[in-house]
Amino acid sequence: MSKKHIVVDPITRIEGHLRIEAVIDENNTIVDAYSSSTMFRGIETILQGRDPRDCGLLAMRICGVCTGTHYQRSIEAVEDAFEITIPKNARLVRNLIQGALYVHDHLVHFYHLHALDFVDVVSALSADPKATADEARKWAKVAGVSPYTYGESIFKEIQDRVAKFVKQGRLGIFGNGYWGNKHYKLTPEQNLIGVAHYLKALDIQRDLAKMQAIFGGKNPHPQSIVVGGVTCVQDIQNPSRIALFKQLLKDGTKFIKQAYLPDVYMAGTMYADEATDSKATFTELMQGKGVGGTGGGLLNYMSYGDFRLDDTGFYKSALLFPSGIVYNGDISKVEDVDPEKIAEDVTHSWYEGTKPLHPYDGQTIPNYTGLDKRADGIAYLKTNEKYSWIKSPIYNDSRVEVGPLARMVVGVARKDARITKYVMDFLTRGNLPVSVLFSTVGRTAARAIETTLMADVMVEWVDELAANAAGGDLSTWTEFDFDKVSVKTKGMGLAEAPRGSLGHWVRVENGKVANYQAVVPSTWNAAPRDYKGRMGAYEASLIGTKVADPEQPLEIIRTIHSFDPCIACAVHVVDTKGKELGVYKIDTQCSI
Amino acid sequence: MSDRMEGVKKLFESKSARVETNRGDAYYSRLFEQCQARLGELRAQEPLNRLDFSELLAEQGTDRRDFMKWVSATTAMLMLPPMFAPLVAEAAELMNRAPVIWLELQDCAGNSEALLRSDGPKIEEIVLDIISLEFHETLMAPSGHQAEKQLEDAMEHFKGKYLLFVEGSIPVGAGKDWCTIGASGENFVDHLTRVAEGAAAVVAVGACATFGGIPAAAPNPTGAVGVMDVIKGKPVINIPACPANPANMVGVVLHYILTGQIPELDSLLRPKFAFGYRIHDNCERRAHFDAGEYVEEWGDAGAKNNFCLYKMGCKGPMTFNNCSIVRYNEGVNWPIGVGRGCIGCSEPDFWDKYAYERPMADAKIKAPTGGVEKSVDEFGLGLLTAAGIGIAIHAAASAIAGKKEDGGEA
Repeated sequence: MSKKHIVVDPITRIEGHLRIEAVIDENNTIVDAYSSSTMFRGIETILQGRDPRDCGLLAMRICGVCTGTHYQRSIEAVEDAFEITIPKNARLVRNLIQGALYVHDHLVHFYHLHALDFVDVVSALSADPKATADEARKWAKVAGVSPYTYGESIFKEIQDRVAKFVKQGRLGIFGNGYWGNKHYKLTPEQNLIGVAHYLKALDIQRDLAKMQAIFGGKNPHPQSIVVGGVTCVQDIQNPSRIALFKQLLKDGTKFIKQAYLPDVYMAGTMYADEATDSKATFTELMQGKGVGGTGGGLLNYMSYGDFRLDDTGFYKSALLFPSGIVYNGDISKVEDVDPEKIAEDVTHSWYEGTKPLHPYDGQTIPNYTGLDKRADGIAYLKTNEKYSWIKSPIYNDSRVEVGPLARMVVGVARKDARITKYVMDFLTRGNLPVSVLFSTVGRTAARAIETTLMADVMVEWVDELAANAAGGDLSTWTEFDFDKVSVKTKGMGLAEAPRGSLGHWVRVENGKVANYQAVVPSTWNAAPRDYKGRMGAYEASLIGTKVADPEQPLEIIRTIHSFDPCIACAVHVVDTKGKELGVYKIDTQCSI
Repeated sequence: MSDRMEGVKKLFESKSARVETNRGDAYYSRLFEQCQARLGELRAQEPLNRLDFSELLAEQGTDRRDFMKWVSATTAMLMLPPMFAPLVAEAAELMNRAPVIWLELQDCAGNSEALLRSDGPKIEEIVLDIISLEFHETLMAPSGHQAEKQLEDAMEHFKGKYLLFVEGSIPVGAGKDWCTIGASGENFVDHLTRVAEGAAAVVAVGACATFGGIPAAAPNPTGAVGVMDVIKGKPVINIPACPANPANMVGVVLHYILTGQIPELDSLLRPKFAFGYRIHDNCERRAHFDAGEYVEEWGDAGAKNNFCLYKMGCKGPMTFNNCSIVRYNEGVNWPIGVGRGCIGCSEPDFWDKYAYERPMADAKIKAPTGGVEKSVDEFGLGLLTAAGIGIAIHAAASAIAGKKEDGGEA
């Protein structure tokens, strides 16, 4: 048997349009992989020439899933350029809007975008409801809580409902799944727990999204953040709004701690063999010495840091998530992040260019070279040439991974007390080694750990906000003289989105945007190879993975999903220095 | 929630809050009979799926009384007289006859996320359970060729019957071949055209799918357009806004089930039940506008007192949508409630015409009313008059569009 080259397009249960191609050897092991974004809009180009105060709303439309995060980064890039320090109320409200996004987004990711990679819906039909209740208790105990869903009768009801659903033939969104694949490792009872929580989480996410709407106006796409602060003074001074926020947070936290966390223990434990298989890794292939487990990938982790805890201003405040970079999974060392060392390469991206450039000097001239249509009806990526709309970001001439796992790894390496406590508690309770984090399962676990941490810290922030308002401080906006500050300046909004490090760079001249650039989390993770032929994070993470059935890309999507791809975000744009929009030449991109 | 539903119903029924849409007893009697016949036909069909509706409601913890409240509010929202309420209830129960295929093109998934926030009697579960969501990339289990097969199966099985929801714009210019989907590398135009072929109707959801949205904002790098510019010879319904309000998505599906037809549309192909309202006319801050009380800068005393946001760039006077009534996220808030103002996101080209934090007067942009406001201070009275004319133009254009439909494809 020879090697197989498979094409997975579309990758579903993500945001955006993503294609993965993989080469599988005769032992059903992935030996090569390519990640490609197949959609382009050109939002950064659209931002050129606009009033910098209006960019936030437009930039937010980069993505409707991590909604609000591009909005705030764009506004903060402009605030950085204008040297504005926002009032305490505004900082807290923004933290709460972003915090609400984290808990909502992470929960939806786990249950609605990722769980079906672990949970076999059809298998849940053969579960014993009584044993399921016992099983739920067992995993809740590992997490040190009582189970969210308990009792035989509830599981029986859900099972009956699913049975009716399956019997009628049309499975809707569950149709044509990989049910029965032998790499589904949960027992029928565990699958039934997963299905029950999948359905319940649909309810919970609706409530979690309301938290963002309280201070943001709506979700998706909140609208209350402006350059200088926030507009929702009415909602800050109204105790019933604060009370509603706290109630929603409390109910959501219950589900996070009593369902989400136990379910992650359950899935993680059942897949522990893979998570600790250091032979099935990129590092084994590249360095002959595997670290972590299946899906580990690059092992270089970066965080810009985010969530300001005091009012000393951008890049000065203490942060909830510290910034830093850890190489090769070695948490005994951590380096500072220097924004000057960020560059983007387009060797394998559908743009013109010859060498990596810093975002401020970036150039984006589309150069679409297409796909290779063959006789079998499939159009393949031209992997030796250009094959994606995503550029390849490079930090200090290294490929890096970003995201919740990177934040947790950097936090532990920084010896941050809060993060270290949450991470070590999780590992200790599950009796798991630190190295388990460097895997597909570890990425998923880190996201759950972060969700718990965020839910807890938000209680502190909302109380702080209520106390500040009750103390008479209703200031929500810092005045600035737009004409004066917008003559010629530049700024950056570097922070952390749910999926990882996010940067917006803006240059302002004569009150208009002269140049705009965003380098987003999924650009870092989903990027193609770079000028040295080095793989991006998705590509590296697939190397060494064993697939049960090459016809069914279950293992591929499981690992890709563990990054929570957001491809609309990942294609960004560039600069049109000096060009008038009237004679506009496409030079930017798109994001999926 | 029930109280809110009562409130919504009251607002939709109050004279001041709505465009006059009473079509007369004869019209409604005929429609009533049509709907009865339609529901009868649906009842006679094999159920597509699965569940007994009342059982489902019980499982959801929703009692019949709450459900009927939702029905009566929804009936009002669809601009139907109360006599239609029992039919709306039955349509909700029969929704399982509506197979839906949902395509994502140049999108951000914001409308898919909005669909997940759908409320009503725990409607998000009902939508997932009761309509048959045959293909939806963000939610479906399979990827790759299994996903493509799922789409082919659904298109074949429900040929001529499925509702096609489209999210995201379509590049037809420079970017036409830059965006592809599936292993064969099909571009978005071909993909949409192919899937729309067997659809009963095409529903464009959100600002991008309707009018091009952000990809089509100047300078429109990819040549992006909305669905109605690509699909011809099929009923197209536009549900704009960024994102579309899920109440309006559910409303369209219900209306389709109920009547077998697409709802009455305005000149921009928007259902009148949702877009027959001007934000400004139903705004909770309207009294402050009339009184000349404005927020002058973010966070000022006016902001603390909920004054009118017109001077801060609110485009409620130019925007037709029902968000001032339905609001968002189960009525928790909306952009004017949060003190920001409306950016006109349900109107064509709003990114270039409306979405900035200054009044139009400063921008010297022509209002749809045909006038140019010279200054905010001259605006007050001028707008009141101009807005009246604006509505008249809007209504007249809609009436013409309606006539075309009578003799045309709808």
